[in-house]
Amino acid sequence: MTVDRRWRISLRVLALGYLALLLLVPVGLIFFRTFEHGVGGVWESITTPAAIHAFQLTLEVTAIAVPLNTLFGIVMAIALARGDWRGKGIVNAVIDLPFAISPVVIGLSLILVYGVNGWLGGALADAGVQVIFSVPGIVLATIFVSLPFVVREVTPVLREIGDEQEQAAATLGAGGWTTFRRITLPAIRWGVAYGVVLSVARCIGEFGAVSVVSGKISGETETLTLLVEKRFANFDLAGAYAASALLALIALGTLLAMTMIKPRREEGDA
Amino acid sequence: MSATSAPLAPAPRPLAAAPARPAWRSSGALGLGIATLWLSIIVLLPLSAVVARSLDGGLGEFWDAVSSRQALAALRFTVLVSLATAAINVVGGTLIAWVLVRDQFPGKRIVNALIDLPFALPTIVAGLTLLTLYGPRSPFGIDIAFTQGAVLLALLFVTLPFVIRSVQPVLIELDHEMEEAALSLGARNLTIFRRIVLPNLVPAILSGAALAFARAVGEFGSIVLISGNVPFDTQVSSVYVFKLIESDAPVSAAAVSTVLLLVSLAVLIGIRGLGHWGARHDR
Amino acid sequence: MISVTGVTKRFGDYVALDDVSLEVPDGSLTALLGPSGSGKSTLLRIIGGLESPDVGRVVIHGEDQTSVAPQRRGIGFVFQHYAAFKHMTVRDNVAFGLTVRKRPKAEVAAKVDELLEIVGLAGYQKRYPSQLSGGQRQRMALARALAVEPKVLLLDEPFGALDAKVRADLREWLRKLHDEVHVTTLLVTHDQEEAMSIADQIAVMDHSRIEQVGTPRELYDAPETPFVMRFLGPVTQLGEGLVRPHDIALSLDARPGSFEAQVARVVHLGFEVRTELVLGDGQELAVQLTRAEADELEIAVGDIVHVRSTAHPRASAVPEPEPDVLSA
Repeated sequence: MTVDRRWRISLRVLALGYLALLLLVPVGLIFFRTFEHGVGGVWESITTPAAIHAFQLTLEVTAIAVPLNTLFGIVMAIALARGDWRGKGIVNAVIDLPFAISPVVIGLSLILVYGVNGWLGGALADAGVQVIFSVPGIVLATIFVSLPFVVREVTPVLREIGDEQEQAAATLGAGGWTTFRRITLPAIRWGVAYGVVLSVARCIGEFGAVSVVSGKISGETETLTLLVEKRFANFDLAGAYAASALLALIALGTLLAMTMIKPRREEGDA
Repeated sequence: MSATSAPLAPAPRPLAAAPARPAWRSSGALGLGIATLWLSIIVLLPLSAVVARSLDGGLGEFWDAVSSRQALAALRFTVLVSLATAAINVVGGTLIAWVLVRDQFPGKRIVNALIDLPFALPTIVAGLTLLTLYGPRSPFGIDIAFTQGAVLLALLFVTLPFVIRSVQPVLIELDHEMEEAALSLGARNLTIFRRIVLPNLVPAILSGAALAFARAVGEFGSIVLISGNVPFDTQVSSVYVFKLIESDAPVSAAAVSTVLLLVSLAVLIGIRGLGHWGARHDR
Repeated sequence: MISVTGVTKRFGDYVALDDVSLEVPDGSLTALLGPSGSGKSTLLRIIGGLESPDVGRVVIHGEDQTSVAPQRRGIGFVFQHYAAFKHMTVRDNVAFGLTVRKRPKAEVAAKVDELLEIVGLAGYQKRYPSQLSGGQRQRMALARALAVEPKVLLLDEPFGALDAKVRADLREWLRKLHDEVHVTTLLVTHDQEEAMSIADQIAVMDHSRIEQVGTPRELYDAPETPFVMRFLGPVTQLGEGLVRPHDIALSLDARPGSFEAQVARVVHLGFEVRTELVLGDGQELAVQLTRAEADELEIAVGDIVHVRSTAHPRASAVPEPEPDVLSA
């Protein structure tokens, strides 16, 4: 249907207006407020020891969670797309759960298992391992929330491509591992890349679950997002804005990566 | 030369259980096993702890926890504001998806990319920015902080992409010829939209709305700052659970969480069902 | 030689192959010909090891390969949709089987160049499959399959995804390639013209069974079932028998075994004249005459004429056989 010009303009204005008020203006304002009083203060604000540690911790946790979930994601995607087994429905539902559950509930669930009074917490404490209010807890929470991304991105790619190339490789003499390494993996690499980017963004941005399990001990179990909240609670608005601006910058970088990778997902482009 | 019938009796082989994937069989099973184990440890184990521990004090205590005045108020508010979020997204999201697919204007690609911003931005940052814009120090002079409207606003932000990203691909794939046929039969634009386009979008719109609803019900980070978390007023269930955890009432927290889990599960099942329903006309 | 014995294959309730046996002579180009669903692709894939039979054996060059993985059967397989490794160059595609076998680089490079030369893709080493036409991709796939010097070459509707002209060119080219390289080749196709024009031997398949195996000539001249006769060429039913249209003679007077027919239409197609007739039982048929013949007979619409088969009796077959009840 060709919409006439007046309608088209009005719809466009409505849509863009909504987006501007909801999306663009707020984010733009963060950067404005951050740099309102000059760049110097901002730099100091994000290079305090607490801030540096928060940044490092966030990256550390991400660097553990993402590769693990990527490995899981690829293996599970192959099993879902190529395998023939019962229970796919249940597995799919469980994989989707991290999307649908409140982060606070996720945090609680980890406390109930790994906390001192939790199912495994007691035994772990005896072995000298502290999970809750310590970095391992943050890692577990982050793994939980970022679990589905790679699986969800790679499975449709595998389905789309089909397994003829893999059959061809078999007829040419390639065994299972060689076929995976030289045929399957290259074919899904952009799907994996996109999933990784989404996972990284999710890991860096996690707040609710980490809020519950970390204990927010500055310099130890405080991630970047927790830092923002703490500064706000302490009326250090400038500090909160500065950390937020850093996170927003990372988010924009994520968006850029997403935009570049998105079109390449389907075909195994060279 | 003609086909020979077997002079030797063919050795009978048992019926294959599944079409053989020659190279994948054994390693595939092992991989699936490990992956399922990972999934169980990371997701199923903790979640089952929530459900199990919620019953620590028996059904009576469970019921008390989820039906306390504050719990009910929080749940009521959560569900209502999430429904409102979903509803607004249905209209707004479809509109934006339409404009992004069918319209052309400079900068469209950038706008399209920015739709994913709520996915990429940490929720706490989203909350802070909204507070900055529509709170006490608002440059617009609009101060809705600590109101229910503020919660709605935050939820609209974080759920923005769901309906849009759900509808876009369907709109792109939509067979133009259907619309052209309707045109040739004399239908006006609004009619075409109402009777040809919209019915084909409904499954996508609904599944996007369901995802938005599920997300809204559980949202925490963006609401925590701007809502003030006033019990019986602007307190959502996730914040209530947080408070319960902080006041060292894990069983009650688990009980309310179980209710939230059930809501999430119901929505997930609904979405899968929608997927099947939506595909029923695909040939 | 490939020897398939008593192979049955089911997918759930669906019987893809029902007690199929076949022998493929060394160095021959054999076609598996049949309509979709006849089981020909399944048979090919079982020979190649991409599927395994429920019952039966596959013996290649004297060795029982029934449960051997495709990697170790020494076969080359060409797929209908090329199965090109999209992320690799043409050279890497063709070299794949050799690199898997860890051959030295120099040997691989030389072999790849030689093969690309043979298939007419010399100079395309660095291109990607997406930059090639369908016909070129299939030739690359052939080079790739031949690189590992297979004992048997299996082609699954290799030209099915290409348009008519390319298909015709490539099939002739395949025949010439086969004459040079002499690898035992098994080709699956639903196109009888393709099978007839290049195969040494054709196995006609229908509904999970092999109907008849023979040379193109044998199958055309001496079909054993109505299905084979219909599939391999045009047929006309005269009374109880099936006859090739070009074996029908038209005369003004009755002859032994002739049927009465009325002329419905006379169409002049340049050098030939097509006469459309209606038999006594209402069946329509067409007879092709040369201009000379038509002029001599002076046929006009409405005339009563007589048609009879001039073919060898073996070419006629009883029409409408009872459909076989497949064994459970």
